[in-house]
Amino acid sequence: MSANAESLAVGWVRKVGGMTLFFLQVCSRIVPSFTRPGLIVRQIYNAGARSLVIVMLSGLFVGMVLGLLGFDTLQRFGSEDSLGVLAALGMLKVLGPVLTALLFAGRAGTSLTSEIGLMKSTDQLTAMQMMAVDPLRHVIAPRFLGGIIAMPLLAATFSVIGLFGAQLIGVQQMGVDVGAFWSQTQNAVDLRDVYEGIVKSLVFGVACSLIAVYEGYNSEPTPEGVGLATTRTVVTSSVMVLLLNYLLTAAFLTK
Amino acid sequence: MTNSLTKDANGSPAPAGDAVIEARDVHYSIGGRKIFDGLDVTARRGRITAFMGPSGTGKTTLLRLITGQANPESGSVKAWGQEVSLLSGKELFALRRRMGMLFQNGALLTDEDVYENVAFPLRAHTKLPESLVRQLVLTKLHAVGLRGAARLMPAELSGGMARRVALARAIVMDPELLIYDEPFVGLDPISMGVICRLIKQLNDALGITSIVVSHDVHELSAIADDSFLLSGGKVVAQGTPAELHKSDLAEVRQFMSGLADGPVAFHYPAPDYAQDLLEGQS
Repeated sequence: MSANAESLAVGWVRKVGGMTLFFLQVCSRIVPSFTRPGLIVRQIYNAGARSLVIVMLSGLFVGMVLGLLGFDTLQRFGSEDSLGVLAALGMLKVLGPVLTALLFAGRAGTSLTSEIGLMKSTDQLTAMQMMAVDPLRHVIAPRFLGGIIAMPLLAATFSVIGLFGAQLIGVQQMGVDVGAFWSQTQNAVDLRDVYEGIVKSLVFGVACSLIAVYEGYNSEPTPEGVGLATTRTVVTSSVMVLLLNYLLTAAFLTK
Repeated sequence: MTNSLTKDANGSPAPAGDAVIEARDVHYSIGGRKIFDGLDVTARRGRITAFMGPSGTGKTTLLRLITGQANPESGSVKAWGQEVSLLSGKELFALRRRMGMLFQNGALLTDEDVYENVAFPLRAHTKLPESLVRQLVLTKLHAVGLRGAARLMPAELSGGMARRVALARAIVMDPELLIYDEPFVGLDPISMGVICRLIKQLNDALGITSIVVSHDVHELSAIADDSFLLSGGKVVAQGTPAELHKSDLAEVRQFMSGLADGPVAFHYPAPDYAQDLLEGQS
């Protein structure tokens, strides 16, 4: 192994270890942070409500594309009535959680990282420590928790709007029977599929929020450092979401 | 020259137990660069102690050691007799509740308004009713002349105003020790005078101990009871500002008079100037 590869491996192991320790530290502050629920509610608003428009728009367009492509493929086999099933399962199990997580990383994740990084570079976190206030409890834990709570809600919104988009194209434009669309969807989709989507979005919420707050908290306190940390948030979160999606999909299929 | 700090401005000996902050034989390095090499300083109760020195001499680092944000490699830093580096996280937080600190840039919470910034320590550490929090916040803001700015956001404040809000926040828990990190940097003469007066008034009115880190000799001379001049990782001179002004030590004279030439070189080490210029032509 070359020295370069060795130092890369050591750096990677160190980062994973650092992130794990950070995760445990943040987890130990989650319960105490509930003493000021207002902070958590504000973070749910920041991470969730402020991402709502982009998530709804994206969901609508993804659903419409799914309607177009799904109809085109299914009609070759004469089963275009199953478009609802395809759209619902695709949205609930994969597209909803994954695309919402990617959008979350780009919108709320970068916002979290840059906000915490700037707080660090302007001594706000040090000032808190000097006031005997733990920034992990006051700043990091509410933001982490806000992200975890917001993600499944955003993913559910994405899936519902996406399904509406697929219905809009399939039923309104392509002429699929509206009764067949919804009844087949109702018959094919069971609670386990919904559960899979919820679990995935929760796991993605933990991963994306953790990466965002970790990168912000450990960023170099300079403009360049905060910029680099923000980029790392998007890159790491996106790769992690896709990797975790594969692992979770495989786990649910073998169940 | 090292005038003994066991004597105060009047030359009378200070009681032994009077030290609030005591650093003895402190050694500290950052990235292999020696910052302190046997530093000895003391800040005494009820007095304004100034740590002065050229940029890069470790004045802010000294504050980090005093407040437990960093630990010395060797030596001792004590606050109220407690060895700071040996304190647990909980004990350190308890110690910091006895201190207030004013940062160079104010370090106000940018997503909260002035009122909430000052109320922040009260909300974090007490369960006082809102009416009492309001009274305390307005009292402290009034003391720094910014009661009328209570609902402004930090982005709407000038540098001097932000520093005064940070000062109000630093005193809202009635600390025993107030630490000022470069309180005069980037301020216009009026704001500088205001901050200077506030430091003196707060120290005298509240009966607290103050530590001021700065390189503004003129301002510090007007308010400091004791001064330490740091250079090369050590205290090169100590005493009252008047004593420092009278010193005939080259380092002290250069700093106190703001001379470009002296023990602290104006030029960063570089090859011969003429040779450097000629090399570019060949």
